[in-house]
Amino acid sequence: MKEKTQVEDINRSLYDFKDIEDDAHFYKFQEGLTPDIVLQLSKEKNDPDWMREFRLKSLEIYNRLEVPDWGPSIEGLNMDEIVTYVRPKTGMSAKWADVPEDIKNTFERLGIPQAERESLAGVGAQYDSELVYHNVREEVAAMGVVYTDLESALHGPYAEMIHEHFMKLVPPTDHKFAALHGAVWSGGSFVYVPPKVTVEIPLQSYFRLNAPGAGQFEHTLIIVDDEADLHFIEGCSAPKYNVANLHAGCVELFVGKKARLRYSTIENWSKNMYNLNTKRALVGEGSKMEWVSGSFGSHVSYLYPMTILQGDHSHMEYTGITFAGASQNLDTGMKVIHNGADTSSVINAKSISKSGGISTYRSSVVIGPKAFGAKSAANCESLMLDDESRSDTIPAIDVRCADADVGHEAKIGRISDDAVFYLMSRGLSEENARALIVSGFANNVSKELPLEYAVEMNNLIRLEMVGSIG
Amino acid sequence: MSQALLQVRNLHVNVGDIEILHGIDLDIHPGEVHVLMGPNGAGKSTLGHAIMGNPAYKITKGSIVFNGADITDESTDKRAKAGLFLSFQNPIEVPGISLSNFIRNAQEELSGERVRLFRFRKQLENNIDSLQMDKSYLDRDLNVGFSGGEKKKSEILQLLTLNPLMAILDETDSGLDVDAVRTVSEGVQTYMKQQDRALLIITHSTRILEALKVNYTHVLVDGKLITTGDASLIDDINENGFEKYLN
Repeated sequence: MKEKTQVEDINRSLYDFKDIEDDAHFYKFQEGLTPDIVLQLSKEKNDPDWMREFRLKSLEIYNRLEVPDWGPSIEGLNMDEIVTYVRPKTGMSAKWADVPEDIKNTFERLGIPQAERESLAGVGAQYDSELVYHNVREEVAAMGVVYTDLESALHGPYAEMIHEHFMKLVPPTDHKFAALHGAVWSGGSFVYVPPKVTVEIPLQSYFRLNAPGAGQFEHTLIIVDDEADLHFIEGCSAPKYNVANLHAGCVELFVGKKARLRYSTIENWSKNMYNLNTKRALVGEGSKMEWVSGSFGSHVSYLYPMTILQGDHSHMEYTGITFAGASQNLDTGMKVIHNGADTSSVINAKSISKSGGISTYRSSVVIGPKAFGAKSAANCESLMLDDESRSDTIPAIDVRCADADVGHEAKIGRISDDAVFYLMSRGLSEENARALIVSGFANNVSKELPLEYAVEMNNLIRLEMVGSIG
Repeated sequence: MSQALLQVRNLHVNVGDIEILHGIDLDIHPGEVHVLMGPNGAGKSTLGHAIMGNPAYKITKGSIVFNGADITDESTDKRAKAGLFLSFQNPIEVPGISLSNFIRNAQEELSGERVRLFRFRKQLENNIDSLQMDKSYLDRDLNVGFSGGEKKKSEILQLLTLNPLMAILDETDSGLDVDAVRTVSEGVQTYMKQQDRALLIITHSTRILEALKVNYTHVLVDGKLITTGDASLIDDINENGFEKYLN
């Protein structure tokens, strides 16, 4: 019934007069994901043959695999009606009036302009962003960098490269939602940085948010060739609102030799969202992979960016923060596999939970048999803002090489009354004092972000802290 | 005589269920320096925290009037805005915010106006110079990893920059070497040189007082003010200890 209501909302939408002929694409009353639906999607996307076959194979795997049962409950996700999540243009068809008040308020307080708000809310196109995206594309293209949407790249000169890499790191057999992604992926970015090219400006997928179908099953494929350097930023700290409440994106990052990739992301989904995102990086010899990750919003998240340190002397750094508020269960962390010799990983994970929110750090560090001299240091800190909230740390460490150095430290704390009093004695209100302590706690993440994102993240923390007193 | 800046009347203060202060009366006028002495555990810090409004210290009876307004039930930040300042015996470490940003934040909260960055930074640098503290501390996280001496200097830096009407210094001189005490003492003197400022200094030693003209000395024992005298009382206590005030 719930899904039907959503369909009705869309039928009343501003864009109806344009969309009447597309009505058949809504697949309104069909249940279950069938090969026909996937074929139709594939046809709309104008997929090459291999991609069509890939989708169908993924669908088979999807139908075979079980829903994961080891993490937070995703019972609220109605898998029988999964097809309604796949419906094309869902993200574009919302109506401003239907966007929940709390999200509108957040836009307001983050100071995001109206045009962008509408875009982020999945309502209407955002022309400024398109323009910026276009300009950035031109600029990096001059250096030989390819930055485009994945769908059109499938028909361009890089089609073969995409074929070689697409879902090789995250195969559809990985888990049920990876299979779902393989079957119905839509939208996303493709970036290729040729050897020895350093991209000075961070590329931001933010500018592509309003691409049709973006934000639901988007696929990000980034290939950084030998001795190249890239900073890629995904997402935005404003809440993205989608009518459908499943996000099963996939990010695949290939880092060549002596290269560097920094992948920063702020995810702030609306609070009805099941965020089941899979991210993975393969790192070559002497290269460096850096993750900066902020997880806000969503009802349930499963998010564990994974790094495979394949080449000798490769290095990974992960800096992440998770903020779980009321009715949120955010299961985040990371995985790293040390295969090469003298590889190293540094993990700094922080979590904040408040108002009954549950935040879990789940990690897996694997040192393979040939990873002589591997080093891994993990440091987890949790801040609990009240007695109803919960914070767990579940680290798994698997060492198969005698010559390795692995450490894990975890610390759970709360805001000290003394600290609040100290700050208040200098004139800060209790609310501001607490917010300052919390954003200070998050500071090692925000200082890794470009300024505008850091500012937005701090604003976001402040927003989350409003009304947390008393 | 002008009206008292701080008027404490019959102040009773509990920590948990235990009454620590049993009816304190204290008047501090603008321009005055008061020294509060007493054996360990007498309740000196309790008085300082109660005046500043620490919720861990419950006022069960009596009143505090500051600058003409009853602040007995006001929150700590309102007291700060009224012009009160407490230099902590153990300044708290707050990761993630720099000393300079914190003071700027506080200044903006206190004044309700945006701080002009260039001027502010200059003032801050002058003040930190006068405390013989390296400028790099301004950009370090608030008190994080500061030595005992640097923490106390950070308190005096805040005092000088925020410039309140009255400051309570809670053992600001304890744990400092001779040079640091002199520097801190000079900082406090600079603060007092201004018109109509007032100080309540909680201390065990006299060194911090050397550069200051002390108007009154109070002796607090077992939660009561036993006696009040002028600066000469300090010398007396230094020589003879608190013995004659103890029952």
